[in-house]
Amino acid sequence: MDEKILERDIHILAIESSCDETAAAVVKNGREVLSNVISSQIELHKLYGGVVPEIASRKHIEKINQVIEEALDTAHMTLDDLDAIGVTYGPGLVGALLVGVAEAKAISYARGLPLVGVHHIEGHISANYIENKDLEPPFLCLVVSGGHTHLVMVRDYGEVEILGYTHDDAAGEAFDKVARAIGLGYPGGPKIDALAKEGNPEAIAFPRARIEDSPYDFSFSGVKSAVLNYLNGCQMKGEEVNRADVAASFQKAVCDVLVEHSMHAVRDYGVKKFAIAGGVASNSTLREAMRQACERRHIAFYHPSPLLCTDNAAMIGAAAYYEYKKGVRHGLDLNAVPNLKLGNKL
Amino acid sequence: MKILALDTSGLVASVAVVEDDNLLAEYTVNYKKTHSQTLLPMLDEIAGMTELDLLSLDAIAVAGGPGSFTGLRIGSATAKGLGLALKKPLVHIPTVEGLAYNLCGVDKLVCPLMDARRNQVYTGIYAFEGENLKVLKDQMAVDISQVAEELNTLGKAVIFLGDGVPVFRERLKELMKVPFTFAPAHLNKQRAGAVAALALQYVRQGRTETAEEHRPDYLRMPQAERERMEREEKYAGRTDDPLDGGAGLRPGGTN
Repeated sequence: MDEKILERDIHILAIESSCDETAAAVVKNGREVLSNVISSQIELHKLYGGVVPEIASRKHIEKINQVIEEALDTAHMTLDDLDAIGVTYGPGLVGALLVGVAEAKAISYARGLPLVGVHHIEGHISANYIENKDLEPPFLCLVVSGGHTHLVMVRDYGEVEILGYTHDDAAGEAFDKVARAIGLGYPGGPKIDALAKEGNPEAIAFPRARIEDSPYDFSFSGVKSAVLNYLNGCQMKGEEVNRADVAASFQKAVCDVLVEHSMHAVRDYGVKKFAIAGGVASNSTLREAMRQACERRHIAFYHPSPLLCTDNAAMIGAAAYYEYKKGVRHGLDLNAVPNLKLGNKL
Repeated sequence: MKILALDTSGLVASVAVVEDDNLLAEYTVNYKKTHSQTLLPMLDEIAGMTELDLLSLDAIAVAGGPGSFTGLRIGSATAKGLGLALKKPLVHIPTVEGLAYNLCGVDKLVCPLMDARRNQVYTGIYAFEGENLKVLKDQMAVDISQVAEELNTLGKAVIFLGDGVPVFRERLKELMKVPFTFAPAHLNKQRAGAVAALALQYVRQGRTETAEEHRPDYLRMPQAERERMEREEKYAGRTDDPLDGGAGLRPGGTN
């Protein structure tokens, strides 16, 4: 008999609560999303111009059961049909992470289901497996979000080597800060992306930072400060600011650096596949620039759809599947690890 | 009737199973370690020792607050997960009430004191009629002098307990005008056994909730929300936007 037929389908319930989205999903064999429920708190945090950890944690506990039940119902599944529970245990806001971790452990314990803790960034990377059935490691991946900017080599499922990282602000953080400075509010990424379409990306020359001797590393505090200085300068001189030009020029500066460093690594490592992941990966300018850069080099370019770029549990289910297949199991003492490093395994 | 109870509202982590008049097992640890790591292994330990079939439980009780915000959420999320997985109702026991029930049967007034920081205590005033707990003053976050004044007005002997006792012992000596004593070591901190025993009464009175409904009762707003409300009050009627920025924020998210 064909070995494939003997292989049973694996269904994983995944839970994600590392920041301001309460999410649960059921994923089949790591690639097929049967449900993907996200309860976003973004409207609540807008009042504060950013995510307030205590408020995020409180919302998670109010929503988590509803989100899990909805994920199971949508997938037409009960806990009896599951093979494992996957949960994000870091990095993220500790109080927020703890809600998902405690809930996942309790369900796992009560139903005797294996527990698989997942690194949030490995989740983002794995979002690429869901819509790209042909994508398999090794490949190079740029993870860009509000909390992270990592250029990584994905050697195998769940085996990630960091090539470059940001020395200060994450790319998404710079978007948020600039958005606030030009009065766009939170979250900044989508708002800058939209406004930039009306502006001239060559209007203002913002710096493209390079880290000496570390060609794959990033720094975004400089470009952020340059924008703030530019705005101050205009104010002092009484000049009117063209916000669309600022948004477009800032965005171009950030994207140029992300593309250049990524392609530098693509060349050095001779990879044939390149992927992006994380919230900033839904930025239309970045996507287009990466697509063109990959096309020029005749390498395959992968990216998740916007819904799978933001925090979600389907990506956690995808990552959990490959960990599960490798035999990774976590115990009832699994803790939230807010500063969990990529490549660190418990 | 069989009840599992959890209390992670303070430094103590405690789990217990009570069946009618019997405490089948209780595991209480008063030692600095994260409840996130200890709570479920403690439950697993007593469940194993008592051959507990989780499906035989009638309800899951949890000390629902006040207490450490994070501690409360570890207990609540665990109870919610168990409730969801086992399809069992939850019982939300107010933390201070559960603490008072440690001293069920005493003829003095019972006044738990939990250190709430910012010069406040989480407290309440309780009395017993047989095994029935009477709430004279529902749990609240107040200055120690306020609860002392209320106790002085009631004019009866009081017994204090809780992790606020060592913090406010000297202040109480100055403030109290009625006789008062302190509960001994084995009764003066959170005990899941007391939470479970009190939960039996709650269930009999129909005071349960679904796992989905349950959420902690913090008795306090998040700091950022409080500060925002204060600013809104202060700037009410002004047209500039004082809400831009603020302390304790984390710009952006992890996505």
